[in-house]
Amino acid sequence: MMRALYLVPLALFLFFAGLAAFMLNQPKQQDVPSQMIAQPLPEFSLQPAIAGMPGVRRADLVGGQPRLLNIWASWCLPCIAEAPHLEALQSQGVEIIGIAVRDRPEAVADFLGRYGNPYTRIGADDISSLMIEIGASGVPETYVIDAEGNIRYQHIGDVRADTVPLLLEKLEEVR
Amino acid sequence: MIAELGLAALWLSAALAVLQMVSGALGLRDGPDGQNGPDGKARAQSYAIYARPAAVVQAFLAVLAFGLLLYAFAVTDLSIKLVETNSHSAKPFIYKLTGTWGNHEGSMLLWVAVLALSGGLLAGLERRLPEKTMSATLAVQGFVALGFYAFLILSSNPFERLPVAPLEGSGLNPLLQDIGLAIHPPTLYVGYVGLSIAFSLCMGALITRQVTPEFAKVLRPWVLGAWVFLTFGITAGSYWAYYELGWGGWWFWDPVENASLMPWLAATALLHSVSVLAARDALRTWTIMLGVLAFSMSMLGTFLVRSGVLTSVHAFAVDPERGSFILALLGLYIGGSLAIFAVRASSIAEGTRFTATSREGALVFNNVMLSAILAIVLLGTLYPLLTEAFDVRVSVGPPYFNPAGAIFAIPMFAVMAVGPLLRWKNDNPGRIQFELKALLAIVIAVIALVAILGDYSVLSLLGLGMAIALAVAAFLPLRGRVLRRVPLATWGMVMAHFGVAVSLFGMASESAFTTERLAAMAPGDATDTGGWTIQLEEVSPVAGPNWTAMEARIMASRGDEEPTLLTPQARNFWSPPQPTSESALITRWNGQLYAVIGDRAGVDARGRERWQIRVWWKPFVTFIWYGGVLIAMGGILSIAGRVRVDLKRRNAKKIAGQRRADLDALDEDKLPEPAE
Repeated sequence: MMRALYLVPLALFLFFAGLAAFMLNQPKQQDVPSQMIAQPLPEFSLQPAIAGMPGVRRADLVGGQPRLLNIWASWCLPCIAEAPHLEALQSQGVEIIGIAVRDRPEAVADFLGRYGNPYTRIGADDISSLMIEIGASGVPETYVIDAEGNIRYQHIGDVRADTVPLLLEKLEEVR
Repeated sequence: MIAELGLAALWLSAALAVLQMVSGALGLRDGPDGQNGPDGKARAQSYAIYARPAAVVQAFLAVLAFGLLLYAFAVTDLSIKLVETNSHSAKPFIYKLTGTWGNHEGSMLLWVAVLALSGGLLAGLERRLPEKTMSATLAVQGFVALGFYAFLILSSNPFERLPVAPLEGSGLNPLLQDIGLAIHPPTLYVGYVGLSIAFSLCMGALITRQVTPEFAKVLRPWVLGAWVFLTFGITAGSYWAYYELGWGGWWFWDPVENASLMPWLAATALLHSVSVLAARDALRTWTIMLGVLAFSMSMLGTFLVRSGVLTSVHAFAVDPERGSFILALLGLYIGGSLAIFAVRASSIAEGTRFTATSREGALVFNNVMLSAILAIVLLGTLYPLLTEAFDVRVSVGPPYFNPAGAIFAIPMFAVMAVGPLLRWKNDNPGRIQFELKALLAIVIAVIALVAILGDYSVLSLLGLGMAIALAVAAFLPLRGRVLRRVPLATWGMVMAHFGVAVSLFGMASESAFTTERLAAMAPGDATDTGGWTIQLEEVSPVAGPNWTAMEARIMASRGDEEPTLLTPQARNFWSPPQPTSESALITRWNGQLYAVIGDRAGVDARGRERWQIRVWWKPFVTFIWYGGVLIAMGGILSIAGRVRVDLKRRNAKKIAGQRRADLDALDEDKLPEPAE
């Protein structure tokens, strides 16, 4: 009886070690979903990121059709990869509003010249203030905003070919 | 050259750890204390004799390796990869030095250096244990050290060179240039390492079936020392989180915090059970179990922190491969020792019996409560790991830890108050009924008084009542004694128990009486909280070396006193981009005023820009950390007392031995020469 009792710590430890070994080899889900999903967009007003295109205020994302809010930057490599897919979304009639994070006007213009410009407006978020307020954890991220200005869906990472139909579906859902 | 010397010293240390392990283990094959016949005796001397010198020389080499890395950081030798990534020639000198252990590789080197140093001290100075137990202990210690040398050399080599030395280092992160961050991790490390020595001693005693009071006396200073360092480390870490994170709390039940708390809980239990074993030869298996548990918890903490298997607010350099390595070591040491425990524990004869109403009884009760709290913290920490295996992400926080911990903490505090008043072996509770009644009356009186004053939670009321009663009870063991004659160790206990009362008072007071004010204020506005008047003078941008901040100038005053200036900041670092909140504090004897500035909060009716200002008045919050310091000081007093007694005893023995030798010599003079 006592002997069996002395085996309990070993059994508990083996269970833990097995669990830990299993979890160590699991792909780590590092994405932190925004706490702002299903919340209204906060009040904000960003200066234009380049001359010749308007900046972005909260009011620009309210009324009419649902829109996509795309957080990107000219210095971000995955943003180059997602550029053609954003253009595909735009060609299907989706309005995409861009937020250029910690960027310079000439670098933004250069990026748009090379990889295309799917945006109707681009705001300059020079101190990541909007990023923090909407709970973005990195660049790029794409948000579905409904016509009332509520954040309805967050896509973390670059938009890929298979993300395009997903985003179209989400936009349809909140219409 | 420096780096190569360091690496060579490390390899040599590792080789000596192998020698220590093998010769210690071979020493076990001989008869009792190496005295089984002429043949066996010769063998014992030929093998076990190497274990002690191997440990001592190893200590020199490992400390040398750490010293060399320290030197490389001091002169910013950029041809070493670790220095390049973690240092910069423009850093203040003190942070160049602390940068040595402010990273994974350097901190692991510090770990093995302290481990080897402790092993060397044990091997060089400890002569009280039977030689076989010592051999087994040194073998286990060598085995443990070997694992960490392997980890260091194979997966985290601190002396790795860069093919081309850059002109400048890239480690100028000012977030890491903080004296609190420089001191608190190594303090915890020394505590963890101390527990590893306790572990080796426990395994040595278990393998050779020598779980005796003498063994407990050898074990005690190591446990006490480790526990003192852990107490200091946790106290410092808690205060650092309090002022640096700007959330106004002092403990967040974060996995990394729990990782430091769990070994402390186990060490606290071990500390008390060791005393029972030393004084009464009871609780043999339990003490061994706690010894294994305490070291398991420190390794588990290291594993959780370094592997990234749990998500924590503390961002560490996380590496799954290193995680696998530590897990393998964990399996080897902890799995191995628990297996030996399962096989051997029943063969250790049960210790002396005692009744429930005795000092041992009280200590056993406290041990069980401490273990229960440990189990609760462990379960809460690992639960997210378990649920994540089933794809459910949860986080466990204060709503679980606080009440679940309190269920066991409250009875523990109650027994802690009266336990030291009981006699060993068997006591009649009627003997101390006056004290019992008086303490109970204090608890009830304090609770009633505070409950009349306002509406407070049951837990904080109980906490306040028990804290006051505990503070009184802590000094009761001194009653009726000649203070000059009271042993230092008893003074240590009194001080540590009083520290617990002080800390508990701080916690309960903080949770009961804290007043908080969150206001949107424009410059010129005033508000008040907890008897303080707070006036916002202005908010202006300020810039530091690599951050910009909005700084509020707040004048705070209480009663008629001169207003004091507070300047909390909302900082934005740009490399790496990270917003932080710099709180501002005013410390008074009876509490702290804690102010932080939040976001812009629009404009008021008159068009002035408003800011979120958050102010707390936290009565007696500082007592939490004063208490922690007192607890650790109690531990130091206790070590000093024990060591003094041990030295006295050793001297007395030496004198007695000399006297006997003289007498023998006299006798021999009278006797004729023995015939050939």
